[in-house]
Amino acid sequence: MALLEVDDLTVQFYTEDGVVTAADELSFTVESGEKFGVVGESGAGKSVTALSLMRLIEEPGRITDGEIRFKGEDILSMSESEVRSIRGNEMAMIFQDAQTALNPVYTVGEQISEAVRHHLDYSEADARDRAVQLMDDVGIPEPDARYDDYPHQFSGGMQQRVVIATALSCDPDLLIADEPTTALDVTIEAKILDLIENLADEYDTAVQLITHDLGVIAEVCDRVMVMYAGKPVEKAPVDDLYYDPKHPYTVGLMSSIPRVGEQRDRLQTIPGTMPDLVELPSGCSFHPRCPFAEDACTRKEPPLVDHETGQAADGDTDQHVAACLEYTGDLVEGLDYQVDVDGADPNTGSATERGRDHGA
Amino acid sequence: MSTQRGRIRITGFDPTRVDERDPLSEWVEDGETEPESRWRRAWRRFRRNRSAMLGVAVVALLTLLAVFARPVELFGVTVQPIALTPFEPDTILYLTPEYANIGPYSPPSGTALLGTDGTGRDILSRLLYGGRYSLSIGFIVVFITAVIGIVYGSVSGYYGGLVDEVMMRVLDVIFAFPGLVLALVVVATLGGGYWQLVLAFTVFGWAGYARLIRGEILQVKQNEYVMAARALGARDRKVIFRHIVPNALAPVVVQASLSIGTVVIGVAALGFLGVGLDPTTAEWGTMLNAARSTLIQGPGATLPWWATVFPGVAIFLFVMAMNLIGDGINDALDAQDTTVTQGGGA
Amino acid sequence: MSLRRFIARRLLSVVPILVGVSLVTFGLANLAPGDAIDLLVSFNPNISPTEIAQIKARYNLDEPVWSRYFIWLTSAVQGDFGVVISSNQPVSNVIVSRLPPTVLLGFLGWLIALVIAIPAGIYAAVNKDQLGDDASRFLALSGISIPNFWLGLMLILIFAVWLNLFPVLSPQKPLLSPSMLWFLLLPGVTIGTAASATLMRIMRSSMAEELNKEYVTAARAKGLPERTVILKHVLRNSLISVTTVAAFLTANILAGSVVVETVFGWPGLGRELVRAVVGREINLIMAITLFTGLALIIANLLADIAYAVLDPRIRY
Repeated sequence: MALLEVDDLTVQFYTEDGVVTAADELSFTVESGEKFGVVGESGAGKSVTALSLMRLIEEPGRITDGEIRFKGEDILSMSESEVRSIRGNEMAMIFQDAQTALNPVYTVGEQISEAVRHHLDYSEADARDRAVQLMDDVGIPEPDARYDDYPHQFSGGMQQRVVIATALSCDPDLLIADEPTTALDVTIEAKILDLIENLADEYDTAVQLITHDLGVIAEVCDRVMVMYAGKPVEKAPVDDLYYDPKHPYTVGLMSSIPRVGEQRDRLQTIPGTMPDLVELPSGCSFHPRCPFAEDACTRKEPPLVDHETGQAADGDTDQHVAACLEYTGDLVEGLDYQVDVDGADPNTGSATERGRDHGA
Repeated sequence: MSTQRGRIRITGFDPTRVDERDPLSEWVEDGETEPESRWRRAWRRFRRNRSAMLGVAVVALLTLLAVFARPVELFGVTVQPIALTPFEPDTILYLTPEYANIGPYSPPSGTALLGTDGTGRDILSRLLYGGRYSLSIGFIVVFITAVIGIVYGSVSGYYGGLVDEVMMRVLDVIFAFPGLVLALVVVATLGGGYWQLVLAFTVFGWAGYARLIRGEILQVKQNEYVMAARALGARDRKVIFRHIVPNALAPVVVQASLSIGTVVIGVAALGFLGVGLDPTTAEWGTMLNAARSTLIQGPGATLPWWATVFPGVAIFLFVMAMNLIGDGINDALDAQDTTVTQGGGA
Repeated sequence: MSLRRFIARRLLSVVPILVGVSLVTFGLANLAPGDAIDLLVSFNPNISPTEIAQIKARYNLDEPVWSRYFIWLTSAVQGDFGVVISSNQPVSNVIVSRLPPTVLLGFLGWLIALVIAIPAGIYAAVNKDQLGDDASRFLALSGISIPNFWLGLMLILIFAVWLNLFPVLSPQKPLLSPSMLWFLLLPGVTIGTAASATLMRIMRSSMAEELNKEYVTAARAKGLPERTVILKHVLRNSLISVTTVAAFLTANILAGSVVVETVFGWPGLGRELVRAVVGREINLIMAITLFTGLALIIANLLADIAYAVLDPRIRY
C-alpha cells in the first residue's frame, strides 16, 4: 500500500463567471520515501491539488469527487479533528512565498514551536529546544539568538528555511512542497533544493514537489506527473519522462528549454496560452496548441493510458502513461518529433536510445 | 541512483504548424476578448446589489418629495408648481376655519397624517418640505469639501518634500478636533443660518479627501509603472494624473457618499441644539428641538410621541439610504475579480 | 529601547500640533464681529459706556488679534482661561467640575463599543457573506445612520417615560453614586451605539482581509485548531488596523457627548460647550475646544503606541 493514493480527485470552484474545474479526475500515488514531482504551467491546478491533500480548499472551492487515501485512510471522509491531527504532523506543507506564509507579528521560533507543542505535546522549554535544533538543521546561523527574531528580520532564503523547519518539526511522512523556490534567487534555490532533498533522505520523508521548473524536477524527483488545464497528461519515472516523453505538451515544454550552442534566432515556445479553466476546449484541452492535433482531438478527450498497450493505467507506479489519442490508436498521422540524447552512458538502459523516432 | 545523464535535444515540435493552420474547433483564445472596463464592471455589480439599489430608490424618493413638496419660485417665476403636501410648512392649522379643532400636538389624524407640532403645524408637510434643507446642505457641503480636499491633497502629494510636510501638519491639526465641535465654534461666532451652516461643515470636511488623495498620489508615485513611464520619457504630471484619477476616484466617491449622511446628521444636530437655523424652520433637527421639552412632562400625560418620532425617522431613512449607497459603491469598486456566488448544487 | 525612542519622537511631534490646535481654536472663535459684549449689550441696553469700557479693558478686548492670542495662550498654559462673562466664574473652575462626567461618559461609550463590536466583527468576518454576517452588517449600518440625539430621545421616550425604568432628568448626586451610574446607562448606550457600529464595521473588514492571507492557510496547514488560528494569528493582525481608527472613534465619542449630554442633561463639558455657544461665551468655548483637541492628540498618541506594540515591524 502506497503512502498516498489519490483516486479521481475533482476540485471545482464556483465563480461569478462559471464553474472552474481546477482538478479533473486526478489520480496518482506517492510511495513512502519517494520524491514525486508535479509539473505544469501557472493555472494548471497544481497548488489546488496540494491544498486538497490536506483538505485546505476553502469556499468557493470544493472537492466534489474522489478519494485521497493517506496511509490507507480516506482523508475526505475523516472528521475535521482527524484531519487536523494529520496536518502539520504526518503531512506538512512548504509554501511558495515564505514572507507571506509567516505571520509577521510572532517570532519565527514561536511559529516553529507551536506545531510541536500542539501535536507532540511538548512543554514550552522542550519545544523551544526542538525548534532551535530544527533551525540549526536547516542551516540558520545562531539559531538560539534568532529564535526571538521576527520574520521581517530574515532574508528570503532564510525565511524559507524557517518554513521548512516548521514543516519538518513533527517529523511528517509526507512533505508537500508547493513551488518552494519560485520566489528565490537561483543560487539560493539550489541550496534550498539540496536542503529539502537531504532532509527528506535523512528522515525518510516522502516529498511531493510542485513546480513549473523542469530543471528542478530533473534534479530532485523520482517520478513525475505533468498537468495541463487541471488534468494529468503524463506520468512516468523521471528518466523516462525526460528521455522518452510521450505527450505533446511534455515534448513542447522540453523543447522550449533553450540550449547553449543552438542555432536559433528566436526562443521556442508552445504557441498560445493555457486556457481559462472556465471555458476549456472540446476534446483534448491541448489541441489548440498542439502541432500534431487532428480532428479526432477536438471530439474525444484522451484517457490516461499506457503508451504501449493503450490500456488505462493499472496502478503500477513505474508505468509510463500519457493522455494522448496517439496511444489509443485514434490518430491518423501520429506524432512527429524526435528526441536526441548526446553523451549518455551506454550502460544505463532505455535512457541511452539515440535518435528515437516517434513517427507513425 | 543518479546516472550519467546526457543532454536532450528535441526536434519536430513545430509551433508554426499551429499558427498557420485553420483552427480545428470553435474554441477561441481568451486574450482576444475585450476586457470589460472596470467602471462598467463596477456599475454592473452595483446594480445587482439590492440594498444599494434600495438606497438609491429611497434617496431619489426623498429628493423628489422635497422638490415637489411646495412650489418653487425663482426670481418671481414659478419654476415648480406642484404642491404635494396639503399645507404650507408654516400654516398653523387651528387658525384656519376648517381645521380649528386641530390644536397643537394633535395626534395623527386624517387631516394631519403625522400629527401636528407644538405650534399646531402639520408635521408631514414640514417633513417633506424640510428635506430641502438637509439634502441641499448635505450635497453642497460634500461637493465643496471634495473639491477643496482633492486640490489640497493633490498639491501636497505632487510636490512632496517640505510643502507636503507642512500641509500635512495642517491636516493633523484639523484632525485633532471632532468635526461637530469645530462646527459649533463656527456657528457660535457667526450665528446660525443656512450659509453659516454650510461654512461650519466645510471648515473641516475637506480634510478627509485631502488625506485620501495624497495617499493615492504617494502610492502611485512609488509604483514601478510610474518609474517605467518616466524611463520612457513621459512627463511627471501627465503620468501621475493619468494613473491617479482612476484609482483615487474610487475611495473619494465612497467617502463622499458616506459623508453626506454625516453632514446631514451634523446639520440636524446643530438644529436640535438650537444653534442651527431659525427655530421656526421646518428643518428636521430643528423640529426635534421643539419636541424635546415634551418629554419632561413625566409619565401619564399624553406624550406627543409623533413630534419626536417622525422627524428622526426622516433623518434615519435618508442617512441609512445614503450609507447603503456608499457601501454599495465600496463593494462594487473594491471587489476582486474572482467574486463568487454561493456554492452550486448540493 | 526602540519602543521608548519611538514614543519620545512621537511626543516631540505633538508640540507643533498643539500650537496649531491653539491657533485654530483662537482663530475660529474670534472670526466674527459679534462677541459677548454685543450680547451683553443686547440683553442690557442700559449698560453705560463706562461699564463697557471697563469690561473691555478687563478682558483685553481692545487689543489687536495676535496680541490677544498671545495673552490668551500664555495665561492658558498657566491654567488661566479667563472668566465666564455672564457668571464671572473662572473658566478653569467650570472645566474642572465638568470634565469628570464627560470622561466617565466617554469611557462607558468606549467600553460598550469594544465589548459589542469586537466579538461581532469577528463573528461577521468568520461567517462572511452568510446570514449572520448580513444581519450584523445591517445592524451596524443602522447604528451609524441613527442620529444620536434622536436615539437618545427615543431611549428616553421608551425606557424613561413609557417603561419608567430610568429617571428622565439627571439626578443631582455625586458622580459615582449608584443613581448617577444607573442614569448614565442610557446616555452611555446612546454614545456606544454609534461607536460600536463603526468599530464593528472596521473590525469585520480588517479581519476579512486578513483571513485571505497566506499565513492563515499556513497556520491551518500546521493542524492548529480553527479557534487558535482566528484568535491567536488573525486577531492580532486585524487589531493593528483597528488601532488606526481608535483616534477617529474617540473623536466620534467626543462629538457625540456634546449632543448626548445635552439630550440627557448630563453635567459634562459637552453640555457646557453648547451653553457657551448659545451664550457666546468666547473664553469658555475656546477652553473647551482646546481641551477637546488635547484629548484627541493624546488619543492619537496612545493609538500610535498601541500600533507599535502590536506590530513588531514598526519597532525594528
